[in-house]
Amino acid sequence: MAQEIKLSELVVGSNAIVRAYPKSGTEFIRLREMGVLPGTPITLLRTAPLGDPIEIKVRGYRLTLRKSEADFILVEKT
Amino acid sequence: MSPNFTSASQSRSFVYALVGNPNCGKSTLFNALTGLKQKVGNYPGVTVEKKVGTVYSQHGTPMSVIDLPGTYSLASRSPDEAVTRDVLLGRRPDTPTPDRILCIVDATSLERSLYLVHQILDLGRPLILVVNMMDQTSQNGIHIDIDRLKQTLGIPVIAAEATKGKGLIELKLAMSRLDLPLSKHAWSIPTEIALAVAELQASLTADSQKLYLTARAEALLLLTDQSPIQVEGSKAIHPRTSEILNTWQKRWSKEGIDWASALVQSRYDAISKLCSEVVEESNVGPALTDRIDAVVTHPILGWLVLGVAMVLIFLSIFSLAEYPMNWIDQQITLLRDLVKASLPAGDLRDLITNGAIAGVGSVLVFLPQILILFFFIGLLESTGYMARAAFIMDRLMNRVGLNGRSFIPMLSSYACAIPGIMSTRTIEDEKDRIITILISPLMSCSARLPVYLLMIAAFVPSDKVPLLTKASLMVLMYALGTFGAFGFAWLFKKTLLKGSQPKMMMELPPYHLPHIKQTLLQIVERMWVFLRNAGSVILTISIVLWFLSAYPKAHDSVSAQEQLSHSFAGKAGHLLEPVIKPLGFDWRIGIGLVSSFAAREIFVSSTAVVFSSSDNTAHTQTQPLRLALRNAHWPDGRMLFTPLVCLCLMIYYVFAMQCMSTVAVVKRETNTWKWPLFQIFYMTGTAWILTFLVYQIGTLLGF
Repeated sequence: MAQEIKLSELVVGSNAIVRAYPKSGTEFIRLREMGVLPGTPITLLRTAPLGDPIEIKVRGYRLTLRKSEADFILVEKT
Repeated sequence: MSPNFTSASQSRSFVYALVGNPNCGKSTLFNALTGLKQKVGNYPGVTVEKKVGTVYSQHGTPMSVIDLPGTYSLASRSPDEAVTRDVLLGRRPDTPTPDRILCIVDATSLERSLYLVHQILDLGRPLILVVNMMDQTSQNGIHIDIDRLKQTLGIPVIAAEATKGKGLIELKLAMSRLDLPLSKHAWSIPTEIALAVAELQASLTADSQKLYLTARAEALLLLTDQSPIQVEGSKAIHPRTSEILNTWQKRWSKEGIDWASALVQSRYDAISKLCSEVVEESNVGPALTDRIDAVVTHPILGWLVLGVAMVLIFLSIFSLAEYPMNWIDQQITLLRDLVKASLPAGDLRDLITNGAIAGVGSVLVFLPQILILFFFIGLLESTGYMARAAFIMDRLMNRVGLNGRSFIPMLSSYACAIPGIMSTRTIEDEKDRIITILISPLMSCSARLPVYLLMIAAFVPSDKVPLLTKASLMVLMYALGTFGAFGFAWLFKKTLLKGSQPKMMMELPPYHLPHIKQTLLQIVERMWVFLRNAGSVILTISIVLWFLSAYPKAHDSVSAQEQLSHSFAGKAGHLLEPVIKPLGFDWRIGIGLVSSFAAREIFVSSTAVVFSSSDNTAHTQTQPLRLALRNAHWPDGRMLFTPLVCLCLMIYYVFAMQCMSTVAVVKRETNTWKWPLFQIFYMTGTAWILTFLVYQIGTLLGF
């Protein structure tokens, strides 16, 4: 079993698979609805010039998240 | 009342709803379909724009298209999204429930876009799917089998490039069809929640008289929507339905069933299966968007690009706007002269020339700046750069509790707060949006420039102002406004509009070439919205201010200056003197403050009237205002416009809310008088306190 780490700790440019994140909170529901689900592959594209927020590629499009949100998302490096 | 509407004959006119994700080209398609046959207004009770257009069918029957706000899901997070949901579910009595739905998706992110389509398919109404931006697919290594998609979904699917008008004819043909098939697409509701869906559906059919399929769709939505937003003007959910919902949610929470995720997951399972059949992907290397982003969001180059873009925009606003502004100014003067020549002298003539024309004119002069700013904002939005600017600036805006989306409205306000405030609609969080609206007018707009320049000229004894003094004073004023804005944002976030940590979940759309025609259409639309909504308030305030300065009448044949000091405005100036004397201002400056509530730059013209001939009776029209100001004295002989007083006036104008157009626009954008009144109170209050401190401390220090 590969180790699960926080999305905010992922190195820029690496690929990962989303494993788990909180069930409640409207933000996380919307994240689900935008296709970031457990099992979904993502790529961490870059961080903003000041280090926050981050930009990921998921299901062919680009999405930004703050690190404070990415802290709650567990991913597995691939 | 309309028989055509209800009969299912040839002449039946369909009502279409146009829905889609943000940035998928929905507005472009709407404009392409309806041309200029659009009605733009607001949904009653909420500040959500309502756009309805007409398109003619193949048979020449008018069909209406309602352009609904863009959303990723029907489980809404903002008032805009709530309106989309409520119109589709027939919860809004002010809007006809659409018979048919037009769904537009971005071909480059088909999978995510299909989520909304999937929710809408549940509604059981005829649906036409428009796959837009087909031209972008090949360079992104995507191939979409449109025929296969059509077959699998069992509905009309149209490949389109809305910006080039491709696919429009096919779309109109499909829209004209009398018999649109319903989708054959089936998906399985997770077993653990199927019973709840059935119960909710039964309640919705029985208690709210919903159709069978709409009730099922609404039941599914109630389950995903954990904190549904309710908006004014929409029908609430029947109490029995919400009771059933509560009972189930409690039961699931106890059993640890994640019902919302299960639903989303099963939808995406169905979508992924569908996409695996119709989408083929090949690796073509980094997409153009990624190559551009490598520069535009680069740790160093990113700032450079942002800075250069902003400087260019501001340079062009000030240089391009100058000519039309002068032209408008001339036309207003011509119009005044024309009215003066054709009407007999008297109050009516004065009301029209000095009240209505002068007042509305003072706002119209800024129209070129406002329009140019709208143009650039529209351009930044349509190319996709706006989202990058928000991405870069988010960290800084986060410091005061806002998110990156507030950056552009605040920046625009350096030219004029009106387009800034009108562009806050992209801010999802209502509280963040109100904070941005409240603080934007603190950014020094171009109407303050004439005031600053006059004060700087009066400040320096010599005829020529040293460039360094001028520049440093200017920088000081801009810095004061900017820091003030951030300070108040922080304060409001902590106190008045306490909200959760703002989120920055935002799509960074692929870059597109700017579409000039679309942007121009958008400008015209925004301009009308501004003129229509602000126009009446501006006209009213102009007339009131005119009345205050024209009445009561002094004797005939007195000078303009004497009339003004005799008038209500003059009396107001005298009345104000005790309040503004601690700031170093006398009643004559008070008149300037009162009259420039219409627009800040009016301070210059009203001071010109008040001071032009106050100290000597000789005709001194040609004397520069600067010298007239220097000759103004207090009754005890002290100089009025000391450097300290000039500085105080500038500080006062940085903070005071002196702009009726902004008040009118804030009223429209917040849909209440509460916020504009609060804004006047807090801004002018801060102006008074700060000016008081500066004047008193300055006096103590001997300036």
